[in-house]
Amino acid sequence: MYKARAWLSRSFTALSSNPLRVCVVGSGPAGFYTAEKTLKAHQEAQVDIIDRLPTPFGLVRSGVAPDHPETKASSPKKLQQIVINQFSRVVQHERCSFFGNVTLGSSVSLSELRQLYHVVVLAYGAESDRALGIPGEDLIGVHSAREFVWWYNGHPDGKNLSPDLKSTDTAVILGQGNVALDVARILLRPTEELATTDIASYAWTALEGSSIRKVYLVGRRGPVQAACTAKELREILGIKNLYVHIREDDLIKSPTDEEEMKNSRIQRRVYELLSKAAASASSQPMLGQRELHFVFFRKPDSFLESNERSGHVSGVHFEKTALKGGGPGKQYAVGTGEFEDLDCGMVLKSIGYKSVPVNGLPFDNHKGIVPNIRGRVLKNISGDSSQVENGLYVCGWLKRGPTGIIATNLYCAEETVGSISEDLEQGVLASSSGLPKPGREGLLQLLDNRNVRPVPFSAWEKIDSEEKRLGSLRNKPKEKLTTYEDLLKVAT
Amino acid sequence: MLLPRLLRVGAFMVKELSRGGCTSISRTGCTRQHWRPFIELQSVPRVFQGSIFQKYPHFSTTAENDASHGSNKQKDMINVTFVDKDGEEKNIKVPVGMSMLEAAHENDIELEGACEGSLACSTCHVIVMDMDYYNKLEDPTDEENDMLDLAFGLTETSRLGCQIVASPELDGIRLAIPAATRNFAVDGYVPKPH
Repeated sequence: MYKARAWLSRSFTALSSNPLRVCVVGSGPAGFYTAEKTLKAHQEAQVDIIDRLPTPFGLVRSGVAPDHPETKASSPKKLQQIVINQFSRVVQHERCSFFGNVTLGSSVSLSELRQLYHVVVLAYGAESDRALGIPGEDLIGVHSAREFVWWYNGHPDGKNLSPDLKSTDTAVILGQGNVALDVARILLRPTEELATTDIASYAWTALEGSSIRKVYLVGRRGPVQAACTAKELREILGIKNLYVHIREDDLIKSPTDEEEMKNSRIQRRVYELLSKAAASASSQPMLGQRELHFVFFRKPDSFLESNERSGHVSGVHFEKTALKGGGPGKQYAVGTGEFEDLDCGMVLKSIGYKSVPVNGLPFDNHKGIVPNIRGRVLKNISGDSSQVENGLYVCGWLKRGPTGIIATNLYCAEETVGSISEDLEQGVLASSSGLPKPGREGLLQLLDNRNVRPVPFSAWEKIDSEEKRLGSLRNKPKEKLTTYEDLLKVAT
Repeated sequence: MLLPRLLRVGAFMVKELSRGGCTSISRTGCTRQHWRPFIELQSVPRVFQGSIFQKYPHFSTTAENDASHGSNKQKDMINVTFVDKDGEEKNIKVPVGMSMLEAAHENDIELEGACEGSLACSTCHVIVMDMDYYNKLEDPTDEENDMLDLAFGLTETSRLGCQIVASPELDGIRLAIPAATRNFAVDGYVPKPH
């Protein structure tokens, strides 16, 4: 620390011009859109993007399911490529840099970053999971969908999950959003269709040997309230040789449901897809056919432990529910006191992501976000807008919770950068002309002192071309490097 | 003749937009702070123009201007009016075959296009202001409908700008850019991070 401070004072005199020093933490969509808009809005800004992983792009790299078609125009896989190209152009801007392998909290603290930069924008997303808080949640075989997604996408923190896919024929997925549909699709899709995707090789091998034939997608509420979108629903219903089961009773709509559908075309289209699938389904699965069961009006009460394999999950104890209250769009599920068990050997909880705070960061534990007004971080959660953390901003899931699509972050970043611009204009923010800050050089010096080796964008490009080379040997678009060791080895 | 119709469409839009806003907020529990900034946000310089321009180098603005003088080429251009969120109109000529998203960007009209017209987002949402013109368009595909589902301020005559391609029968079409193509409040579903 002393050294860093000595360096700080030295750098004041060494700088010929004093750019606005901006650090963006996190290189997913929120981080990159923030960087892009900051560069555009402030010609004097120098923007550094840091990420704890050696690789950039956040969930654009590790959140998009590998099995979407690669070339089809409307495919998320195509969007992934477009966005990666856009983000790569941003980082190649002369006033922008990327430093991977730099972790906020351990490589550099938040207060250090705030000393080094005029503006710090936190855009590190939501890397944890909401918990159900019911008995048995820690049993072996109960995972979060996020972990499972990281696992099949080759996230370096996902490899160790090694889910047991061989001891059971049934998986229960809690939640019916698009992430739930993604993981269900990966479990049910014929593995030959996954072979030529960029799925992690170890995951493909495990899925190839999987004995899971039945997947239950369970929601607390009804088909009108299902949280998925039509696109993803159509994709899973289109899996070859899949038996789809939806109980006719569950499709009965209440007048409130009807009203809800009238107001929301997305709910209307999702419901229509589900009822069409129910109507065209055969009454029994054919021999060897994989099965997808939509189960509505059930909430998990506890996880059941196996008698034969101690510590392992063997099923879920559900309470049946009914919808209550609120009127259209506000119906919630309440337990009816009737219970039902579903046997299974694996559970994936897909009930939402959660952000994790770092030291020195105000955090609203209830909402799982950083208290903020239009991206300006507030000192506490009381909502008092006069108590602002000067120079500290948030964007993306950390700012508004884990919802929305990639483009949502475009508007989210626009708002945060708008706040930064206002604060600069009004002199609230210590600007570059007032007080020079060491920025990039200071950060690199500090990291060097701590033996942290940042991975610049040029090193990521090495990783990228190595992954593509390895992929070409196996007829895959890329073969992801899935350990920190491999990533860092190729990066240097 | 024209004015009453415009007013009608305008009133319809306002109604639709405000209704869309309310339902969305109640569905999601999305805080109102996400809503206030729309107007201020629009004044922030757009960022995507650069990349989109690079993508369509073959449509040069000068060629377009020249074309409007030549009678032969005239036939290959149609008149399109964009009405922005403040109600300001901009009349442009669009070559047949060009999408409204490209045309907007060629003419400095503020319309996002985050996925560069690949039908993977809804940021180029426009409202066709006249039902007659709306009916002249081919029906939206499932893929377009999937994206329109996520658009804010959806109306009965909403389309994606990237999917409306200039053709002679669309000469005179009027397109409104919703007060917000902001996606904040359409989060009634669990997100898919792509």
